[in-house]
Amino acid sequence: MRNVGIILRRELASYFATPLAYVFILIFLVLSSWFTFYLGGFYERGQADLQPFFAFHPWLYLFLIPAISMKLWAEERKSGSIELLMTQPVKVWEAVLGKYFAAWIFIAIALALTFPIWITVNYLGDPDNGTIIAAYLGSLLLAGGFLAVGSCMSALTRNQVVAFILGVAACFLFLLAGYPMVVNAFQSWAPQALVSAIASLSFLTHFQSIARGVLEARDLLYFAMLIGFFLFTTTVALDLRKAD
Amino acid sequence: MIKTEHLSKRYDRVTAVEDVTFEVRPGEVLGFLGPNGAGKTTTMRMLAGFVTPTAGKAFICGHDVEAEPLAAKQRLGYLPEGAPSYGEMRVRRFLEFIADLRRLEGARRRQRLDHVIGRLQLASVLEQSIDTLSKGFRRRVGLAQAIIHDPPVLILDEPTDGLDPNQKFEVRTLINEMARDKIIVISTHILEEVAAVCNRAIIIARGRVVADDTPLRLAARSRYYNAVSLQLERPEQLAAARAAVAALPSVAEVEVSEREVRITALPRSGAAILPAVSQLASSEGLALKELHLESGRLDEVFRSITA
Repeated sequence: MRNVGIILRRELASYFATPLAYVFILIFLVLSSWFTFYLGGFYERGQADLQPFFAFHPWLYLFLIPAISMKLWAEERKSGSIELLMTQPVKVWEAVLGKYFAAWIFIAIALALTFPIWITVNYLGDPDNGTIIAAYLGSLLLAGGFLAVGSCMSALTRNQVVAFILGVAACFLFLLAGYPMVVNAFQSWAPQALVSAIASLSFLTHFQSIARGVLEARDLLYFAMLIGFFLFTTTVALDLRKAD
Repeated sequence: MIKTEHLSKRYDRVTAVEDVTFEVRPGEVLGFLGPNGAGKTTTMRMLAGFVTPTAGKAFICGHDVEAEPLAAKQRLGYLPEGAPSYGEMRVRRFLEFIADLRRLEGARRRQRLDHVIGRLQLASVLEQSIDTLSKGFRRRVGLAQAIIHDPPVLILDEPTDGLDPNQKFEVRTLINEMARDKIIVISTHILEEVAAVCNRAIIIARGRVVADDTPLRLAARSRYYNAVSLQLERPEQLAAARAAVAALPSVAEVEVSEREVRITALPRSGAAILPAVSQLASSEGLALKELHLESGRLDEVFRSITA
């Protein structure tokens, strides 16, 4: 377990040792504000809440999180450092968790830096801060889900571009699972149970219920299980083909 | 102790390593030789637990690498091929990171860090990121990483590749110093290195062990073992000298280099021809610049075994 912390600290420091961290945070802040003010109509709505801010997070994450997750394992394979790491007395799952949590904490830092918008909305009106905190938590969980999917895709290849495309595609499927275009395709022929099962796999439905301020155990459980499943798959994928 | 039992690795259709069995005991420095692609790196990766064997087993100090990977890895220092590391890290932070993973603490951690930094002369680059280092420094950082926890077993894949002659000498001295109480396996394609640091050599070709002996005895398999080489002062004596040497009963073959004005007499198997040749030289009145006995050529043995 101590190795998780050691690897986490190394990884997190490496984000800030390269321009990656600063570019990512800048783009994240610019895009999230732009979506909020232009597409979301933050002022025009005349409501003191952050709904337009959080509504675009799934779409923002769809491209930005695979950009982070693509390097998790593909880069280690490419540079050969995976051989160094895997021949230290470290278990594979410790490395998987360490790298994953470092990336998640990094995204949490980027998310935390959006605090001016929270100050703005409190200055302009009287929002429900409980809902906002829940929505931040939901957004963080959503990011964690995307990241776990991306980590698994990154473990499959040594090519970061392939890892990125696979990551976006897989995340897109999970996003769309709750949307009519997917649900309708099944509704006409599949049994209701299957339709609801597919719809319940959607990132969006779970994220939106948390973003509305409803913290339910099943949504938290959903994200926990999803993250757990994909990190487990990452570990298996690495164990099976460390050297390739 | 290192032990392998019928170690094999097959990829789809290609067999990288086939039925490799050997044992290495403390005090032995084993040189792994072989042409590129012969299976040296794959064998070392299986010993280090990075590649899973298709069949067979590997043990480090009695611990099965696949069944007890942590116990095996704790006793092993490993330098992967090409000395990969985290390029964006500073050298000091990188070594501290490895020290943490190796559970070095307190005074011992400081002492081991100081030791490897001093021994591999890294003090001048401690605050540089590894990406900015020359190939030689990068290799030394990789070596420092491998020995930081003072492991009983060292596996080094091409430890001197990319080093200049002075650095090569330093690394060989380091290996010789550590050889007393450790088990060391190095792979190399530099044959002089085997003679310089190893007391045992295994030659691998096409995934199989084709020779396993001391470097001296391997060299003795050479046609040139106990051959006598004479360099003449006067080129005009070359033809006559050649004929005279070839006429000696114990000489099997004579090679002539016109450029060096040199004659090399190869003995019939086991024969000692030096006395006869030197006697001949004085009786024929040959003006000698040099006369010496060859101890066998490792590169020739290597070529004849692996070609």
